[in-house]
Amino acid sequence: MVSIGCVIKTPGNSRNNKTGSWRTFKPILDKEKCIDCDNCIIFCPDSSVNKQHDIDYDYCKGCGICANECPSDAIEMVKE
Amino acid sequence: MDIPDKDLLAPGHRGCAGCGASIAVKLALNALGKNTVAISATGCLEVMTTPYPETSWEVPFIHVAFENSGAVASGVESALRIQGKDDVNVVAFGGDGGTVDIGLQSLSGAMERGHNMLYICYDNEAYMNTGIQRSGATPYGASTTTSPKGTASFGEDKPKKNMPMIMAAHGIPYVATASIAYPEDYVKKVKKAAETKGPAYIHLQQPCTTGWGFPSEKTIEMGRLAVETGSWILYEIDHGNFEITFRPEERRPVKDYLSTQKRFKHLDEEHIEKIQKYVDAECKELGL
Repeated sequence: MVSIGCVIKTPGNSRNNKTGSWRTFKPILDKEKCIDCDNCIIFCPDSSVNKQHDIDYDYCKGCGICANECPSDAIEMVKE
Repeated sequence: MDIPDKDLLAPGHRGCAGCGASIAVKLALNALGKNTVAISATGCLEVMTTPYPETSWEVPFIHVAFENSGAVASGVESALRIQGKDDVNVVAFGGDGGTVDIGLQSLSGAMERGHNMLYICYDNEAYMNTGIQRSGATPYGASTTTSPKGTASFGEDKPKKNMPMIMAAHGIPYVATASIAYPEDYVKKVKKAAETKGPAYIHLQQPCTTGWGFPSEKTIEMGRLAVETGSWILYEIDHGNFEITFRPEERRPVKDYLSTQKRFKHLDEEHIEKIQKYVDAECKELGL
């Protein structure tokens, strides 16, 4: 049923849509090499890296921006 | 940079892998905080973040037509002001099509009437959502589906419309350009715009993997190349005071930027030289 005015009353419910299924390449972070610059968090289009630099594979689309912007080459893109 | 526990733009949205628009909005919302009402014109952003009955927005959000986000933002701001709610940020997002072409008149009115709001144009330099048609913000030489490269055409034959300067001509208190590749600079400008009493406008360059033709991991790199070559200049005009906010140590040749994108790959030396001259003139004019 479409609500009047197409109002959606559940903020952020696009989380139901697990975009991780789009992925071809998977980012793998080596925390030993990580220098906490937070580039991977700041530049992730899918908010899939948390403050502890854990990657959320439910939503990561595998774009590879995190690996490209990592100054210490701590992230490797591996084929699924 | 402050990293929030939870972004105000939720994942699960349908933006392409490597989408710059979601980075743009995520950073802006995190800077503005929860006490914000967002308005979006039709465009990539609206389509990818609100496929009914889902939404990625964690703040109140209104989608309006292509041409009236400026008018709706004015109305939201006025309604909040009359209720005495002066501490709520009103931010409108529009793509380049929704801003420099279709939404220009309502945006111009909103700016001229002095509404206390922020308008952010996320500029990916063509109508990406509908299939990469040229807009007023498409740069010279770019191949799009309505300015295609071929025997009869070399691509877009007109320079990009200078939207931030059109906004500055309204005499509003704050105008800035920004890039998603320089998040500290961008976030600082968003915060400054929010603190400004009256209308503020930010023109944000946002590289688009699908429309520009580069691999998805290069979104930020492409934004950096635009700034390093002087193709995109970062500045602000705060109450009439013009200031360049980032100066590349050494300006790279514009070819470095053009040769990495499919939309410019067809350009011959003559056209590249013409674009270089255009960029040089622009940099000289703004003092870069």
